[in-house]
Amino acid sequence: MPVTPRITAEEARDIQPASTPSQCIRNFCIIAHIDHGKSTLADRMLQLTGVVEERAMRAQYLDRMDIERERGITVKSQAVRMPWQVDGENFALNMIDTPGHVDFTYEVSRSLAACEGAILLVDAAQGIEAQTLANLYLAMENDLTIIPVLNKIDLPGAEPEKYAAEIGQLVGVEPDEVLRVSGKTGMGVPELLDHVVRTLPAPTGDADGPCRAMIFDSVYDTYRGVVTYVRVFDGELSARERIEMLSTGAEHDLLELGVISPEPIPTKGLGPGEVGYLITGVKDVRQSKVGDTVTSSRRGADEPLPGYDEPKPMVYSGLFPIDGSDYPVLRDALDKLKLNDAALNYEPETSTALGFGFRVGFLGLLHLEIIRERLEREFDLDLIATAPSVIYKLTMEDGTEVDVLNPSDFPEGKVREIREPITRATLLAPSEFIGAIMDLCQSKRGNLQGMDYLSEDRVELRYTLPLAEIVFDFFDQLKSRTKGYASLDYDVEGEQAADLVKVDMLLQGEPVDAFSAVVHRDQAYHYGVQMAGKLKNLIPRQQFEVPIQAAIGSRIIARENIRAIRKDVLSKCYGGDISRKRKLLEKQKEGKKRMKNIGSVEVPQEAFIAALSSDGGGDSGDKGKDSKKK
Amino acid sequence: MSAVAPAAAPTAGGHVGSRDLSVYIHVPFCAVRCGYCDFNTYTATELGGGGSQREYPANAMREMDLTVADDAAHGVTYDRVSTVFFGGGTPTLLPADDLVAMLGHLRSLVPFAEDVEVTTEANPDSVTPESLRTLVDGGVTRVSFGMQSAVRSVLATLDRTHDPERVPQAVAWAREAGLSVSLDLIYGTPGETLEDVETSVRSALACGVDHLSTYSLIIEGNTAMARRLRHGEIAAPDPDDMADKYEMIDDLAVADGLGWYEVSNFARTPEQRCRHNLAYWRGADWWGIGPGAHRHRRGMRAWNVKHPSRYAGLLARDELPVQESEQLSEHDRLLERIMLELRIVDGLAVAEIPEQTRGMLAVHRDRGHLDATALADGRAVLTREGRLLADAVIRDLVP
Repeated sequence: MPVTPRITAEEARDIQPASTPSQCIRNFCIIAHIDHGKSTLADRMLQLTGVVEERAMRAQYLDRMDIERERGITVKSQAVRMPWQVDGENFALNMIDTPGHVDFTYEVSRSLAACEGAILLVDAAQGIEAQTLANLYLAMENDLTIIPVLNKIDLPGAEPEKYAAEIGQLVGVEPDEVLRVSGKTGMGVPELLDHVVRTLPAPTGDADGPCRAMIFDSVYDTYRGVVTYVRVFDGELSARERIEMLSTGAEHDLLELGVISPEPIPTKGLGPGEVGYLITGVKDVRQSKVGDTVTSSRRGADEPLPGYDEPKPMVYSGLFPIDGSDYPVLRDALDKLKLNDAALNYEPETSTALGFGFRVGFLGLLHLEIIRERLEREFDLDLIATAPSVIYKLTMEDGTEVDVLNPSDFPEGKVREIREPITRATLLAPSEFIGAIMDLCQSKRGNLQGMDYLSEDRVELRYTLPLAEIVFDFFDQLKSRTKGYASLDYDVEGEQAADLVKVDMLLQGEPVDAFSAVVHRDQAYHYGVQMAGKLKNLIPRQQFEVPIQAAIGSRIIARENIRAIRKDVLSKCYGGDISRKRKLLEKQKEGKKRMKNIGSVEVPQEAFIAALSSDGGGDSGDKGKDSKKK
Repeated sequence: MSAVAPAAAPTAGGHVGSRDLSVYIHVPFCAVRCGYCDFNTYTATELGGGGSQREYPANAMREMDLTVADDAAHGVTYDRVSTVFFGGGTPTLLPADDLVAMLGHLRSLVPFAEDVEVTTEANPDSVTPESLRTLVDGGVTRVSFGMQSAVRSVLATLDRTHDPERVPQAVAWAREAGLSVSLDLIYGTPGETLEDVETSVRSALACGVDHLSTYSLIIEGNTAMARRLRHGEIAAPDPDDMADKYEMIDDLAVADGLGWYEVSNFARTPEQRCRHNLAYWRGADWWGIGPGAHRHRRGMRAWNVKHPSRYAGLLARDELPVQESEQLSEHDRLLERIMLELRIVDGLAVAEIPEQTRGMLAVHRDRGHLDATALADGRAVLTREGRLLADAVIRDLVP
């Protein structure tokens, strides 16, 4: 859509990053749910401020990865510097695009910490969702000024009155103070930018003190090495100085300093309150950690900025190449992705059923899904992922402590106590689904902590839920029981002791490690019966009878039988059939090679994939993950 | 369009010159197309471009001439014709004289063996005592009737037009004319019960046949029946049900004095086995005359264009109507030998099975798929259970 910039290049010139007074800077982010139109709104801002020319414009300009564009999610942060003029005065607006997902809460919190204000963007046809609410609370805890905005007011289904009341109540403003825009048509966007300038506080900081800049993202670039995004709080950074990372004390020469507008533009320096990037030539994002403080080597700061934390994987899954000879490709691919993902960690794993692969730790299910998709897409790998599991902390009878990341490593007996991670979960839904949600949470060992009505017909439920239950099939169940209307957010918080057991699945008496699961004792029987039934349907009949058993230790808790196949012959094979039949035989022979042998049972790859994915929670990280529109 | 691939070097097979020839003649015409049939057949009596029924015998004879010449050009000649098989389609839709004329022409090109076996397929309602006598006088020795079932509802599902009562009549006429008689049955038709199969087999055996072929119904992708299956009008065949039916057929046939000699074929005596089909399974050379027909010459397979008009058009230009051909590699031939010979009652010599898979023989013996006594004697022979799993056994035995 054609948009005329409201500020000229000429005018924009007097807000250079090295010399803009901090009272002329506004740093803000946009908090929005997936699908609520953040990227489209950002596109309009880029056009209005003239930083992207009409002919260079493309949809979702800031989303870099194909996956981001396709799924409408932001995985990495972005920061764009845009000029804007209000009442004849020129301002620099730094918009920080944050990841919008529960898996990346820590990154979100660092992005928020880089801003003075946040635009709370809510779809006028859908209302606020659980994750947005969680991020809103996070922003409020960070003392950010909130600008509530309803988007998509041009949609026929929009109910701006209703949702303005809802948001107004959450943020503490009158409904008519909630701005209304359309990212699609651009309506209301100039007013929004004016509002940003007028209502958000300018950055404050010690302009003359030693430099302190916080890293809110770092991205690996093939040509440039790691590009680190920073927000300067105190002092200033200047090009070609030597810098220090406070958490490790590591020093680097600055090769380049600049701002994104929206392509990288090198600058002489970054003054107090500014947002920009720096390049030091390091090759691994682990050397440039989100939340860390950057300072000058000489006369640098001693005190880091608050809030730094190490990323901790919460969910583990085994990734195995379907073709065993792809193992080195998988290893190299993980090594490459790791350069750009400080939270990704992995170590080799060997499965009797699936061969050689890696046990990979993730921040959450979406993180898992994204990494897996990137491995398959960017590196052309076909993978099997085992059901996601969490970290169990075991205290053995002899007092030793063991962390179990893989259900198949779960020790037999001699365990005094097992502790599992628990979450604080928030669910938002129309009130008609309260009963369905309570039933689900009950069955997932949840404890109700509280319930509030957001409006007449929308309710917020707070639960503690074991993380293991959430990563199992919670999203799918929630979606189906609430017709997609419920949304969920959760935060891992502490651990609890639980009566958990490992259930093994046996084929013809042989345990299949990929199917082992740790479940609550009360659910073990149900799991065993369900899994045995599922395997019975997925594994083709063999030339002999195959018993499928579920066992806790040596105790069999469920059993199914795959009856032997009785007929496997084409009755006709005359002159004209021979070539065709020979080719069919060769094809079947090829197919046999893709089978995994468990003892003498041939199991097709597809059976593993289906058994591990359909209710393993692995497919729930899509953009409809925690909500579906009306 | 590829011509026939060069034959293997004349010395490769080591049999150059004096060998037996089998001849398959495909008659691609039917009165009605059956819903399960994916054979190359046409119901229109007048096809353009010289492809009509009336012109068919002349075309077939022309193809025989060209085939002899092609064989000679590749250094191959045959001493005698040992078997001939008219298949279809419905060969008896052509006047008996046409079939006889084709036989006569073939005989003029390659002499017939003393004990030549000449079979024609026939529909029970497409023969008369007179037509059968004409065939016998012209050299036909054997007839195979497409009986399919004795149960009207099953025949209706299969779109078969004949009256089941016609079968014993047709068999009696054929026997009177001096023909050896085989009946074809199809089992596993949607809606068919085990009792229906029993009725059909008993009624076939009651005709006093010498030979029985029983095929489990395969619903091929491009047939009317496959469409009905997709639309949920009929149920998909159940392999366990098929196995029950096969075992019942075997029980009844054996009780009547017939014995299996190939997975789907039973004969009263070894002499009454179909030698033409055995020639296929043992890797002999054969001609394939007619649209879509396949031939085999010393490891070279070729198949004709399918449409009768195109077929006629190529012949009119003195070209062999070959669609495509392939030269079998050593590996292909090994695969085929295991694939085909294991299905026969004589089985396969253990020595023929490559060492890398030979270990599977004992496994299949222990699973009850291979006959223990025969294996001890150095031959892999399927048990009844093994016959039903022949493809699985074959997959384990091919390298």
